[in-house]
This record gives sequence, structure tokens and C-alpha cells, in this order.
Amino acid sequence: MSAQWLRRNDVIPVLFGIACLLAFFVLIEILVASGKINPFIVPKPSEIVTSFGRIIADENVLSRFFVTCGEALAASLMLAVTGIGLGVLLHRLRLLRLATETWVAAMASAPLVLMYPLFLVLFGRSVWTVIMIGFVAALPPVVLKTLEGLSGTRAVLINVGRSFNLTPSQLYWKILFPSALPTIFVGVRLGMIFALINIVGVEFLINFGGLGQLVNELSERYDLPGTFAAICFVILVSVVFFMATERIERWLRPGT
Amino acid sequence: MASADSILVVEDIVKRFETPDGVLTAVDHVSFDVAPGEFLAVIGPSGCGKSTLFNVIGGLLDGYDGRVSVAGETVSGPHPSIGMIFQEESTFPWRTVIDNVAFPLEIAGMGKSERYDKARHFVGLVGLDGFERRYPSELSGGMRQRVSMARTLASEPKILLMDEPFAALDEQTRLLLGDKVLQIQQDLKQTTLLITHNLTEAVQLSDRILVMTYRPGKTKRIVDIKLPRPRTSEIVGSDAFGHYVAQIWNDLREEASKGLKDDEQRVARAGAVRK
Ligand SMILES: Nc1ncnc2c1ncn2[C@@H]1O[C@H](COP(=O)(O)OP(=O)(O)OP(=O)(O)O)[C@@H](O)[C@H]1O
Ligand SMILES: [Mg+2]
Repeated sequence: MSAQWLRRNDVIPVLFGIACLLAFFVLIEILVASGKINPFIVPKPSEIVTSFGRIIADENVLSRFFVTCGEALAASLMLAVTGIGLGVLLHRLRLLRLATETWVAAMASAPLVLMYPLFLVLFGRSVWTVIMIGFVAALPPVVLKTLEGLSGTRAVLINVGRSFNLTPSQLYWKILFPSALPTIFVGVRLGMIFALINIVGVEFLINFGGLGQLVNELSERYDLPGTFAAICFVILVSVVFFMATERIERWLRPGT
Repeated sequence: MASADSILVVEDIVKRFETPDGVLTAVDHVSFDVAPGEFLAVIGPSGCGKSTLFNVIGGLLDGYDGRVSVAGETVSGPHPSIGMIFQEESTFPWRTVIDNVAFPLEIAGMGKSERYDKARHFVGLVGLDGFERRYPSELSGGMRQRVSMARTLASEPKILLMDEPFAALDEQTRLLLGDKVLQIQQDLKQTTLLITHNLTEAVQLSDRILVMTYRPGKTKRIVDIKLPRPRTSEIVGSDAFGHYVAQIWNDLREEASKGLKDDEQRVARAGAVRK
């Protein structure tokens, strides 16, 4: 059984990936130890690893991890509902779409995180400021991808529906929506990445909440190994979300 | 022709498209009718307006002159008695074979176990037993086309409309699927209108063949195929078959070469413009 498992083709790439990562760390370790890289800019990977215990014990990193996860989850749920809803709305109302599509696209590349003072005024120095910035910044890709998926539905599939005398709402839910789902998922994923980046960024900027604040504090204290260890936890949040969406996607979209 | 007992009557259809080069008449005064249980093929060269005619009869296109009626009732929009099988791949990739086939039954509000029983029957009819739980991405092109066929058959349309359902398939698969169609036609006494540009397929399957001209698409001739039924693909080797093919090819060759010339001219013109 285990021999069979080892022989499976997907194990080799995973092992190779881990090996590359380790080799990279070893290289950095050597470069820092030999003084080629300034240890006050990049700490030794081994020091980062040993500081994990410290930041878990002293800095409450686990509860901060859950705070950031919770914020990202709340923003993602709002994103999925609102973003897909707006996408559907724009798809149905041609005038609205033609009028706003370019703006929405332009908004996607705007650094909305810099508008944090406005959000502070609106929501105070609370988790809602963090969540709302993550949410708003990540909205454009979800709206645009939903729109793209719906308008990309193959004409012949719509004709099949029409030939079976589907009502407009059946046409939407039984054909357009399932056909758009893969593209919508790409949008939601992109949106989650945007949201997480902005959430951690705002936490850092306003020095409030989860991992972003911790990164801020540790770097102010010039605790470089601690800073990098905290960043590892940010990456962990991203990995968790990525894996979760992959699961949900496989469950929602069988056959592809 | 006794249009009193015809189930499908197509009268004087004219369909024009506005194009950048001016108005293009895709279908020009085409009329015919189909008796219950009859198999009629419409054959014509590529671009002669067959799919346009198919969409007009299926109620998916409007803005045409003339009249389509089903059992005496004028058609406007998709008619519940007409089932359509499309030229392009049209299975739903997010549904399994059985769920694809059960789709029209689900829309009709049939209960789950009943619609699966019925869908299973039609999956068997097109020879896909054992593939019920597969997704279209796991099937070959010919199998997917059979799924589309089973899906349309499951809605039990009085009239089956097919637009080059086998166009994308190789010749062997095409002949064998033709056998399936013959068998289904025989079992269900299915009234069928088949649109095709394949001569062998048309003669193999039809009671009558309508030959269309190339642009504008008019009726060139209607040929009765008096080959015995039940038929199988073996008939392709017979003398009578060869005789029909030769006769219709005579008509078709003229039209197809017009189409070719047209294309060549367009290419030449485009080339001249580029220079
Ligand atoms: N929506 C449209 N707008 C403009 N012209 C169209 C449109 N649909 C079809 N045509 C034109 O009408 C003509 C007939 O097209 P149609 O698709 O009916 O041909 P066809 O006989 O089905 O061809 P094929 O055998 O290649 O499928 C073509 O010249 C095509 O360019
Ligand atoms: Mg066509």
C-alpha cells in the first residue's frame, strides 16, 4: 500500500518542491553566516525556526492567527455574496454594465488600502475597519469574473435551454450560473487573496488586530527573526484559505 | 402533398441577415411538410442556410417571413412538440450523463426516481449503459453527441430536429450512430427532420431528401428514397443506394461548386484589398 502510494506521480513533485525550499533556506543560512547578507536585514533561517516557540508562547500568535483568519473569512463570505450578486446584476442590466465595467476594472488595481483613514472614520478602530477594507478592495475581481463567466456561457447551451422551454429564471439557475461557476471561482479565489493582503496590510497600518499588528510590533522592536516567523503565519493563513477553496470547488464543480 | 395530415408544415420561409456587406438572404422561400413518422433530410452545401432554417423551425430565431406550423398551430418561439439536437457539442459539462439526460424531465417537474428510471431507459437506447455516472469530459465526442441525443429524446418530442448531429465524427462512427438513429426511429416511430451536408447519411436514414441550393438557400429538389425499411448501415453497399447517391450528388455538386467559387472569390478579393 505505502509502496503504491510512493509510486504515485504526484508525490515526486511535492517532495521536489520541499527539497527546493530547504535548499533555498540552506543557501540563505550560508550566505548570512558568511556575512554575504547583512544579518540585520535578513535573519538566519535557523533563528526564524527557533523563534517560533518564542512567538507562540509570548506573543499569542495562535489567537492572532485566528483573528486574522476570522477577519479574512468574514470578508470572504461578504465578498462571495455581494460580489457574485453585483456580477449577476451587471450581467442582467446591460446599461449598468456598459456604464460601470471600466470603472470596476480600474478599481481592481487601485490601492484601496490607502483609504484606511476614511474607513477609520466610518467604522472606528475596530475589526470592522479591517474587514471592510479587505472586502471592498477584493470586490472588483469577484464582480468582473462573475460577469465574465456569465457572459461567456456558450450560446448553444442557452439554445438547449430555450429549446426545452425554460423560464428565464430556470435558464439562469440551471444553465448560465453552473456554466459560469468555474470562472466565478477564479474570481472568488483572487478576491480572497486580495482581501487577505489588504487585511494584513491594514492591521499593520493601524496597528490593530491580528498578525499584521504583530508583524508591526516585532519589526518596531527590531526582532527580525520574530517578524519573519510571524510572516510565516500569514503565509499559513493564505495556505489554509487556498486549500479550503480548492475543497469547496471540487465539491461544487464535479466533472471538471 | 397532403398537408392536412402533416405534423410539421414549413411555408415560404425567407430569412435575411443584415451584414456589413449588405443584406444576406440565408433562406429563400423554402417550403416543405413532414408527415407523422416520416424521416426527412435537408441537404445542402456548407453555408447554404441549413442551420438558419433549423433555428427558424425550432423557434430560436425570429424576424423571418413565412410560417412554421406544428399540427396546424403556428409556431412562435420554441414549441414543446419540437426537440432539437444541435450541431455543436451541447452536453452540460457540470452534469453526469444521467443528469444530462434527465434534464428535460427535471424541468418538467418529474420526481427524482421516476425521472432517473426514464433517463436510464434513454441512456440505454443510445447505447451508453454503464456510463450513467460519468461526466461529459470523460467521454469521447461521439458518446457526448449520443448524450445530447438521449437528452432530447427523453423529452419525448413529437418532432425531432437534428442539425448535423454527426458532423464532427469520423465516417465509421457516423455510420454506426446512423444505425442507432434508424433503430430509434423504428422503435419510437419518431418524426424526424435531419439537417446534414453528408450525402451517405441522408440516403441511409431518410424517406425523403430536400436538396437546397447555395445562397440564397432555395429548394432545389425533393427526392423520395424508396429503399426498404428496416434498414441498417449495410444498405450503403447496395446498388439502389449508389444510384440515389449519384443522382443527388449531381444536384449537389453544382451547388457545392458555387459555394467553393464564392469562397475563392472572397479570398481573392481580400487578397487584392491587402495588396
Ligand atoms: N446571425 C447571423 N448574422 C449574419 N449572418 C448570418 C448569421 N447566421 C448565419 N449567417 C449567414 O447565413 C448563411 C447561412 O448560415 P448557416 O449557419 O445557416 O449555414 P449552414 O448551411 O448551416 O452551414 P454549415 O453546413 O457550415 O453549418 C451564412 O452565410 C452565414 O454567414
Ligand atoms: Mg450549420
